[in-house]
Amino acid sequence: MEVPEEKISYLQLIKNGVFKENTIFRLVISLCPSIAVTTSIKNGFLLGIAVLFVQTMVNTTVGLLRNFIHPRIRIPIFMLIISGWVSVVDMLMAAYARETYKEIGLYIQIIVAFASILARAEMFASKHRVDYSFFDGFGSGLGFLIALVIISFFRELLGKGTLLGYSIVHAKPLLIMVMPTGGFLVVGLLMGFFNWIDMRFYGGKGAGGAGGH
Amino acid sequence: MAVAKKQQELVVTVSPHIRSEETVSKIMWTVSISLMPAFIMGVYYFGPKALLVTALCIVSALFSEWLVEKMAGREITISDGSAFLTGLLLGMNMPASAPFYIPLISSFVAVAITKQLFGGLGYNIFNPALVGRAFALITWPRAMTTWIEPTAAFVGMDAKTTATPLGILKEEGMHKLLEVFGDKMSLYTQLLVGHKAGSLGEVSVIAILIGAAFLLYKRYITWHIPVSYLATVAVIAWVFGGKEGLFTGDPLVHLLSGGLMLGAWYMATDYVTCPSVRKGQIVFGIGCGFLTMLIRLKAGYPEGVMFAILLMNCFTPLIDRNLKSKVFGARKEAGK
Repeated sequence: MEVPEEKISYLQLIKNGVFKENTIFRLVISLCPSIAVTTSIKNGFLLGIAVLFVQTMVNTTVGLLRNFIHPRIRIPIFMLIISGWVSVVDMLMAAYARETYKEIGLYIQIIVAFASILARAEMFASKHRVDYSFFDGFGSGLGFLIALVIISFFRELLGKGTLLGYSIVHAKPLLIMVMPTGGFLVVGLLMGFFNWIDMRFYGGKGAGGAGGH
Repeated sequence: MAVAKKQQELVVTVSPHIRSEETVSKIMWTVSISLMPAFIMGVYYFGPKALLVTALCIVSALFSEWLVEKMAGREITISDGSAFLTGLLLGMNMPASAPFYIPLISSFVAVAITKQLFGGLGYNIFNPALVGRAFALITWPRAMTTWIEPTAAFVGMDAKTTATPLGILKEEGMHKLLEVFGDKMSLYTQLLVGHKAGSLGEVSVIAILIGAAFLLYKRYITWHIPVSYLATVAVIAWVFGGKEGLFTGDPLVHLLSGGLMLGAWYMATDYVTCPSVRKGQIVFGIGCGFLTMLIRLKAGYPEGVMFAILLMNCFTPLIDRNLKSKVFGARKEAGK
């Protein structure tokens, strides 16, 4: 069962998760939370942290258990692992961060259904050693966190005229930016911008991919 | 020049040999000119502010077109009139009292995002001017629904704000509308001439119809979309528009008010975003009419032309694919 693996550097794995396979801007999955919670940097950041934690722990667990999971029933097992870790985050937040939990609690529970988490478990963690899985999950979660913060930066700045709750712009804000429409606009424009950077400086071909939620 | 002409006579080319005189830029400029009567009526009723709003829209549209084409390394096409027309239409869809940043930003959204980011002229899915207006309406709902009373006076007094005929009809009903405008005849006349509150280019129905007749005569637009659109609106307004039951509505009020005429003749007939098949154009018009009346009668907004046309724009590829005429003599492929 154990296949000898080629060596992958940990840094490479993290970089891969943040840049080359960024969940939102490159793989174009988990767009639903990226639009739903990114109306303020605080919410975006906290959901990003929660996802980072869940993603890392799920990948680690799957990496540890992968030799004991029968391939035929792997998806249900992954789901069990994911929901287990999501419950941990959910309870932790409910206990220690009540105010935030009231605002984004719903989205914390919905992390169970994020395509990105299952995708990393299925694509990477079930096939790689536990330390590699750990760093892949960390990188991927970090990429998601960074993407959420970038999106919410623009949406909060343009849609409310504030940053982290402090008033920055004193002009009339663009109301559309805090609505889902504005979220799609910002995600699309940022995606185009990162594609442009990729094509211009790194000779890439731009992201393609089917959406998921 | 003469030498070049001589040489051209000897050049052998493949078909087509007979080319139409029409070019994109000629059509765009002609459509812009045909909008002038409606625009002049708008300026007449709402004063120099109307002129300013439209000018800002046009300048911003041209600048956005230039900027994006420069950045993308495309050919600069600001002189072909399409950005000018988008700016003009967007300006005519704004209330004359709009503060200066609304035309600037929404015109940028219209040209840079809706048109250029999708690939430039001919590649956009949605009508750029309408997306610009939808953006403005969602972003600044208060400013975009503050209508000033038409005064026809070029003096700098503060304009009085008022409701559009459709707003009155929606909020208070037909009797209030008659109270404001006098009797039925005077209501129809004022709606037709344009003495009413509304976006600056949509008020004068008669001026829009003059422009549209010119376009029909030049064969730049066909009757299919506008007529099916207006007929659907009239029928639905007649059947469901009345308060006292079925078949008591007033179709003329619905036809003459709001942005319906401007939308039906100028927005829905945009070459890029409407179906090119004749049958499809009729389906498109009926769909627009249905959605417009659905929004006017049942939804939160008093006017639904903009959202109706934008929604039908999404269906354009679908309509075109399903209703395109059969190739003569083509056989059905096996298994299909």
